[in-house]
Amino acid sequence: MALQSVMVFSRFERFWHWFQAVLIIALMMTGFEVNGAYEWLGYETAAQWHRWTAWVLIWLWVFAIFWHLITGEWKQYIPTPRGMVEVIRYYSVGIFDPTVSHPYKKTRLAKHNPVQRVAYSAFNILITPIIWITGLLYMFYNDWDVVGLDGGAITLAGVALVHTAAAFAMLVFFIGHVYMAGFTAKPFYGYIKSMITGYEHVEVDEPARTGAPPAE
Amino acid sequence: MSPDPTLYATRAERSAGSGAAPMGDRRLKGTRSMKGRTRPAPRLAGVEDRRALRAVLIGLGLLVLVVWPLQDAAAAGTAQAQGAITGTSGIEVLPESTADHSKFDELEGPFANGPEVTAACLECHVNAADQIQQTKHWTWRFENPLTGQDLLGKRNVVNNFCVSTGTNWPRCTSCHVGYGWKDASFDHSQDTLVDCLVCHDTTGSYKKFPTGAGHPAYEDTTWAGKPWPAVDLVKVAQNVGRTSRETCGECHFYGGGGDAVKHGDLDSTMTNPDFALDVHMDKDGLNFRCSTCHTTGSHDVTGSRYTTQAVDRLGIDVPGHTDDTRATCESCHGVAAHDDHPKLNTHTDRIACTTCHVPEFARGGVKTKMWWDWSTAGEMNEAGKPFVVKGDDGYPLYVSKKGTFEWAENVIPEYRWFNGVIEYTQKGDTIDPADVVPINSIQGSPDDPDSRIWPFKIMRGKQPYDTGHNVLALPHLFGKDEAAYWKSFDWAKALEGGMQAEEISFSGNYDFVETEYYWPILHMVSPKEDALHCNACHTKNGRLAGMTGFYMPGRDYFPWLSWIGWGAAALTLAGVLVHGLIRIVTATRSRTPRA
Repeated sequence: MALQSVMVFSRFERFWHWFQAVLIIALMMTGFEVNGAYEWLGYETAAQWHRWTAWVLIWLWVFAIFWHLITGEWKQYIPTPRGMVEVIRYYSVGIFDPTVSHPYKKTRLAKHNPVQRVAYSAFNILITPIIWITGLLYMFYNDWDVVGLDGGAITLAGVALVHTAAAFAMLVFFIGHVYMAGFTAKPFYGYIKSMITGYEHVEVDEPARTGAPPAE
Repeated sequence: MSPDPTLYATRAERSAGSGAAPMGDRRLKGTRSMKGRTRPAPRLAGVEDRRALRAVLIGLGLLVLVVWPLQDAAAAGTAQAQGAITGTSGIEVLPESTADHSKFDELEGPFANGPEVTAACLECHVNAADQIQQTKHWTWRFENPLTGQDLLGKRNVVNNFCVSTGTNWPRCTSCHVGYGWKDASFDHSQDTLVDCLVCHDTTGSYKKFPTGAGHPAYEDTTWAGKPWPAVDLVKVAQNVGRTSRETCGECHFYGGGGDAVKHGDLDSTMTNPDFALDVHMDKDGLNFRCSTCHTTGSHDVTGSRYTTQAVDRLGIDVPGHTDDTRATCESCHGVAAHDDHPKLNTHTDRIACTTCHVPEFARGGVKTKMWWDWSTAGEMNEAGKPFVVKGDDGYPLYVSKKGTFEWAENVIPEYRWFNGVIEYTQKGDTIDPADVVPINSIQGSPDDPDSRIWPFKIMRGKQPYDTGHNVLALPHLFGKDEAAYWKSFDWAKALEGGMQAEEISFSGNYDFVETEYYWPILHMVSPKEDALHCNACHTKNGRLAGMTGFYMPGRDYFPWLSWIGWGAAALTLAGVLVHGLIRIVTATRSRTPRA
């Protein structure tokens, strides 16, 4: 085992990450205006941009899902309890001592630590799908009767409520993620740098690629 | 055969008016002169060749100089033309009628009065009077099949303008499509009492005298201190034609006793409106007459205030698939008219067209009456005479005969859910004087799929009611008798007189109650650029701020969720900031050598 600079974030992954970041920021800024938190673009423009950026994000996700399935990279997100306690302890205690290093040893096939896996999984299979389903219902409110949804338990107010709640969850994730991924590496910008260049120092199991599943 | 010179003249005249034509003319001249110089060029050599070339270049240069600015002018002209919707009026070059009424012996006169003219009309138009007599223009009586209320129409309803027509006939019936309705005994079966001219006059000179019970002035007289000339019945009769904005407006623009008083979206400015005031009736554009939309068969005009069609799912009316009226927007525009803005099409199921497309009413420059308080009427000046107080703009604010008024123009409508069902508070209906009494109650709710959000003028005011019987009181206003309020200024006498023929007569006690009267807004359709945008309603204090019972993005949100959401975000932010701060502190401390 040795530390080596390896391409961990492929070109597509980096494109996906940063494009998604821009879209989510735009969606949050326009979305919270539609929610009435502030007046900036005006409802009409905000709602319009919200719809457009939503479609772009959906398009991007279609590619991303395809990419993850084909490459098998989706396995990177499977949550695991192993090492969870150590990582939590590191971020809550150890990180304040410059001599303590991160307990999780990244590999090419397991580049996310257990906390990341839980956070990203929540993002991928909880927050985002809820936002999308409610967002599409919101967008196609007038066509509910076509799919037999009108007159049922689903109301526009209910859809708006869940959509907004999920958006707040996204905002919380966003703040936490920007801090954790943007400022907690050593040096503090290390993770951002690797998300830009794609390269990171990871443990490389030389010489063999065992092909073992990343987390187990 | 040589071309008809008048044809050329007409064409030239026409093109002169179009704006783009001068450019075409001059370009033609330029081309001709250029050709004239270049024609001999091919056979010449040397110097002449060069000269020809120079001539061509100069010619081209001149052409460019002439055409360039003209193109801009033409473009500007086209842009200007785009401001208006021009219809097919260019095709209507022939007289529209197949008959020339000035050539009929029957109409040579002389006529002593209106009924004599009608008798002449009926000699050819044998069914006309029978048709008119079926309509509410004649009967002033209407039965609403939706509510079962059968005593509607002008002869029956109570309003909050001059309150009631009964006992005030000669004044009110100056807008009846007949002659001589001066008391309750008027014979509605008399064919010659139908007034053909009030609707079919094209001269603009036929006007019913305000207190003439439907007759025009047959001799020179005065009204309100101004001369009122006698009508020339022969001239009017010989010039009859289709109804127009002017003829319909003769009554409908002056409802409630004066210009613009009643409707708010119909007033004298609609006689010759420009594009900004009404895109359909624009005198320089589509130039619609009222009957273009209020399609009329057998003299029965479609479109009704009593049974407003709040939603028209039939859409565009194609022969064979039509309700025989174009009195809804959808009749021509369909139910999804916003090709470039699909999001707007998803609004038409809940929003009436005019809600966005008539952003304000009373836009023509004439104010409409918004408030009429009868309770203050009857004051006299020092001389003991009734008086009038006018505002700076000339509109009366106080009139002893009528009370206190408020006027407004460019009025933002009020919005309500409306499914077309209207119930009137009728004569003799018990009212609750503790509350504002609805003259008419409009029905509708967000949960009713047949309801849409409609714009209204809500006419408000105070009017007398009978405190003994809790019914709206009906004053006898007009007349030369002592009971007439405008004669004696005595409410008790006026109400006694006004209600004597009613089932519930006057108890002797009266007071004034606030009432409101809903008028759906449909006319004065703005250019689309002036239509309401999303932000007019989708905002916290927008036009629909007062409407409840439904969730509207941009206006509605969940305050508790916002508290939790922003609170969680703030806590997260505070958490990471503290975390980062501690890291900075500990890192700095570890780098500093310990003393």
